[in-house]
Amino acid sequence: MYRYDQYDQQMVDARVEEFRDQARRRLEGKLTEDQFKPLRLMNGLYLQLHAYMLRVAVPYGTLNSLQIRALADIAEKYDRGYGHFTTRQNIQYNWIKLEDVADILADLAKVEMHAIQTSGNCIRNISSDHFAGAAADEVTDPRPYAELLRQWSSFHPEFSYLPRKFKIAVIASDTDRAAMRLHDIGIQIVERDGALGAAFYVGGGMGRTPMVAPCINPFVPLDQLITYAEACLRVYNRHGRRDNKYKARIKILVHEMGAEEYTRQVEEEFAHLLEQGVEPPFAELERIRTFFADPPFDAGADVALDRSDPDFALWVDRNTVAHKADGYVSAVISLKPVGGIPGDATAEQMRLMGDLAKEYSFDELRVMHTQNIVLPHVRKADLHAVWTALDGAGLGSPNLDTVEDIIACPGLDYCSLANARSIPVAQRISERFAANGKTAELGQLKVKISGCINACGHHHAGHIGILGVDRKGVENYQLSLGGSEAEDVSLAKITGPGFDEAGIVDAVETAADVYLRERQDGERFLDTYRRIGMTPFKEALYG
Amino acid sequence: MVEQTPPAEGRGPDAGSLIRYREDEPVDHGAVTVDAFLAQTNASAVRVEPGDDVRELLPHLERLALIEVNFPAFGDGRGYSSARILREAGYDGELRAVGDVLVDQVAYMRRCGFDAFDPDAPLDEDDLQAALARWPEVYQSAADSRTPIWNLRN
Repeated sequence: MYRYDQYDQQMVDARVEEFRDQARRRLEGKLTEDQFKPLRLMNGLYLQLHAYMLRVAVPYGTLNSLQIRALADIAEKYDRGYGHFTTRQNIQYNWIKLEDVADILADLAKVEMHAIQTSGNCIRNISSDHFAGAAADEVTDPRPYAELLRQWSSFHPEFSYLPRKFKIAVIASDTDRAAMRLHDIGIQIVERDGALGAAFYVGGGMGRTPMVAPCINPFVPLDQLITYAEACLRVYNRHGRRDNKYKARIKILVHEMGAEEYTRQVEEEFAHLLEQGVEPPFAELERIRTFFADPPFDAGADVALDRSDPDFALWVDRNTVAHKADGYVSAVISLKPVGGIPGDATAEQMRLMGDLAKEYSFDELRVMHTQNIVLPHVRKADLHAVWTALDGAGLGSPNLDTVEDIIACPGLDYCSLANARSIPVAQRISERFAANGKTAELGQLKVKISGCINACGHHHAGHIGILGVDRKGVENYQLSLGGSEAEDVSLAKITGPGFDEAGIVDAVETAADVYLRERQDGERFLDTYRRIGMTPFKEALYG
Repeated sequence: MVEQTPPAEGRGPDAGSLIRYREDEPVDHGAVTVDAFLAQTNASAVRVEPGDDVRELLPHLERLALIEVNFPAFGDGRGYSSARILREAGYDGELRAVGDVLVDQVAYMRRCGFDAFDPDAPLDEDDLQAALARWPEVYQSAADSRTPIWNLRN
């Protein structure tokens, strides 16, 4: 994985000192809260319902054991002993004191981590495929491009006061595991005539106006990647709406201007910027690539697996994914225990995951946008030992991509923007399906819950989506069906009137039952919904 | 590669809170709006608002000695693009950020090509020096002459 050199380290260290100074000036009254707010946000520091929340960047979701141990230490030293992994492959701490933040940033800098641009109206942490470097279907590892974009976007002088936040995802396979087309810019590294290039999808997003990004350029040569991104951002910075924060994302600009006109302006700016020479030397991309070379896989790794323990075999079937190297798999550690808080991990669990990564996965972990953790490169021969350790720590839930593997935002339990709680709904749903035993039969069923229309819980992209709203002071939950964040991307549609907290859990089960009744061979919930449409579900829910 | 911090005489003596990183004399008359500038032939100072398209000025850069870019609110970042576009087009006159210009924005503004600042509220001198000296290197190209890290490495 990528390691800092003295330059990267200097930049992160400078940021720590900058924030220390900004916090001092805030406390001395030299900065008003209005002036301080965007500065602290660009360091990932939010003021939430009960305390400050600090969001730490995990660039393209990749961590080593030293780093996750540092995250564990921070959880114990400055928070309440746990952290929350997010849908953008980051981690956040919910109970932080302002006076501790500079010290936390200093602790992070010691392990080549930071909270730079994890919030604010700037280019956010670059996300990527959580199976990068392990997936058999990728044309190349997408992370070198994500790292190049990380460097380019860090402290970008022109694009730090954008109309609104800006999220970029990079993938390199036709299978989309990063919700690429629901980002402000989604980049897919593609191969054409033996050469790699970048397909640019611009103007996607969730939030209150969900949109799927159109492709504006199917093949940008890799030695023009940064210049093209710069052109996309400049057109947005100049013309994105600033009169209404709810219309300020690039998706609204692309929609109102039209993808064709936006593309025309980007191409014009691109031609201009090519003459300015803003592209990094290609040698830099090659330097970064060397950090992402394959680890020394054991060519003789045993491809057979002892499946005699049925609980282990179930976990293997559910939570491991085919790997490009024979005898290896990627193993998913579920942070979705039945009745648990999606994405939460205790300090002890983080340390255990770090230990397992060090011993069994070439010292690498990945954060998934589905709020789980991956050990990307595990020998099949080691899987039983890994599973035994995980299971003993409450990390062995065999429920990847099932109805129990719910994405949920922090909701009204933490978030000052939320209208309704998300976490308890997720807990009740996983408890319901664990109790009724339908989880296995339902197969892949992605449930995603947001506590307000900002859609941090990706409800628009759920096979089953749930949106919490406030209806005359009472929490109410709207059900939607048919969304997908993957390569078959689609936006979910609302079924009809909402439900109360108990009612929404019943409604999810009702919808699941319609699928079980109607499905044909091999169909997932999503496939059945797409074939039969909304009507049978509506009849069951409201009939 | 650390940029020079402003000389003590950087502040013009009669210019109130004006901070300049230039040797030449400040323009001694007020700036006109972009529309007014385009309609007349003799103005040499213009003020750009966030919604203005600075590319309209490009055919006339020769006769401009001062371009003010107004930041009515510091969170509106259009002025950063305006500045860089002007420098990319070869403008080498004074490029002055005016309005809600705060000390934590000045380093980025310098990188985008601003070489003068006239903030609504005066900037603390020590904080300004600290902010400008903060970054040992830069990651990316902009309108200044600093060498990006990726060129230093390769």
